[in-house]
Amino acid sequence: MAVLAASGLRKSYGGEEVVAGVSFGIAPGECFGLLGPNGAGKTTTLRLCLGLVDPDGGSIELMQRPVPGEARRARVRVGVVPQMDNLDPDFTVEENLLVYGRYFSLPERTIRERIPPLLEFAGLAARAASRIQTLSGGMKRRLTLARALINDPDLIFMDEPTTGLDPQARHLIWERLKQLLAQGKTIVLTTHFMEEAERLCARLAIMDRGLPSVMKRPRSSSHGTSSRTWSRSTGTASRPGPGGRRFRSPPGSREAATPCSATRRIPRRCSRASRDGPNCAICTGPRISKTSS
Amino acid sequence: MRVFALPSMSLRFVPVWRRNLLVWRKLAVPSLLGNLADPLIYVLGLGYGLGSMLPQVGGVPYIAFLAAGMVCSSTMNSATFEAMYSAFSRMHVQRTWDAIMNAPLDLDDVVLAELVWAASKSVLSGAAILAVVWLLGLTHSLLSLWVLALVPLVGLAFGALALAVTAMARSYDFFMYYFTLVITPMSLLCGVFFPIDQLPATFQAIAAFLPLTHAVAIARPLLLGEIPGYAALHVLVLLAYAAAGFYAASVLFRRRLLK
Repeated sequence: MAVLAASGLRKSYGGEEVVAGVSFGIAPGECFGLLGPNGAGKTTTLRLCLGLVDPDGGSIELMQRPVPGEARRARVRVGVVPQMDNLDPDFTVEENLLVYGRYFSLPERTIRERIPPLLEFAGLAARAASRIQTLSGGMKRRLTLARALINDPDLIFMDEPTTGLDPQARHLIWERLKQLLAQGKTIVLTTHFMEEAERLCARLAIMDRGLPSVMKRPRSSSHGTSSRTWSRSTGTASRPGPGGRRFRSPPGSREAATPCSATRRIPRRCSRASRDGPNCAICTGPRISKTSS
Repeated sequence: MRVFALPSMSLRFVPVWRRNLLVWRKLAVPSLLGNLADPLIYVLGLGYGLGSMLPQVGGVPYIAFLAAGMVCSSTMNSATFEAMYSAFSRMHVQRTWDAIMNAPLDLDDVVLAELVWAASKSVLSGAAILAVVWLLGLTHSLLSLWVLALVPLVGLAFGALALAVTAMARSYDFFMYYFTLVITPMSLLCGVFFPIDQLPATFQAIAAFLPLTHAVAIARPLLLGEIPGYAALHVLVLLAYAAAGFYAASVLFRRRLLK
């Protein structure tokens, strides 16, 4: 039973198609990544899934509820960490959590009981009474993460969670996300850092210009996919198939003869590789085996 | 089309209203001073200053005449300011609305919360002026207590109109248009500072359609100890402006934020 399922999502702004036929299914407990450059349509896809904008085409189901029809009810079990921090500058750390918890119609006592463990989780226990302006960027991001957890969500959306943070802050966030995954929560995150996607995500989709180009499992090969359609995940990792490796092999080796599943060409004959050089995002990423598992 | 649907109203707006209240409590003293000082200065300055030169206006000393107008005017200004500058800050600058809408709340809930909050703040304003009116002994009638019921209605009407303006604003500067072209003329045309029948006939006809006229038409008789004539009509006009403004604001905010 998917916590989030999208099919054929489309969205245009001013005649330009920003999301052009995105489909995926996310199982409970999974970490799913949307990887791509700025302007690829990742944030728009998130906003579509949350029901904050209406799609021009396609359908979405969030927590088994249709979106945008029942989006508001679906968001009861969802947490969101946006790209830009939108914490309340007039409130302290603690008050931010309290006020946000009230939006979920949680009993006051429940909210107050959840605040100390959340502050602990965010490493902000000592700063409960601090004003937001006195926090560093990393602290604000951790607070935003804690705030997204006030309703104990099953699914958490994170839009570029570590953009703009220094390496130490990034690692702290990654540790927290791994803890959340260990608790069985589902995470959907967008990022433009390959490293982040590979560290955290069981599956990821590379988006470019509104189109998902390839669906991958970062550390093992996935079953074969066509470049435009996506398969539902069973949530289990498949065993590596032949030719499934983490890094691109030098041209001329046998492994280099394995075709890229997006372009269906072997790298040294692929026009995209020759145009983009060895840095083509598709072929320098994890390799896809052509065989189904 | 979702954009033109009637706004849904529910108690979900309450946590958002409480949030605004909590912010206000931190700044309560300067806020109250601000709400009170301006109209107070007008009442005392013009009331005693001009009033000492004028014969009775509308059958009463000018300061008593003016006070009724100032109750309405300060309520209008307070609701307008809150629904424009403060709401815009929350929506556009702080992105507070975005944060709220990631929770299980809709844009309709947020807009309703902003409207009710603007009206709530204006009640403080109007009530403060009313208290001064009582203290100065400018009214001797218990009917003046009804003004406390009028004030939230005035706040809703002007708050709603102001929210519609906020929905269209790209920056704070846009609000100057509304103040200069709508609020200030209304303050002068609607019987706040002098009786409407001093105006040329055309302007009197225009004034009849403006919401502030109807507010003053209820407030002044009440403060002077009389039951306002056509009270139901005046109340209906204010309600109509509140409803129309709220609907327009909802549609405009949807077009702006949900695309």
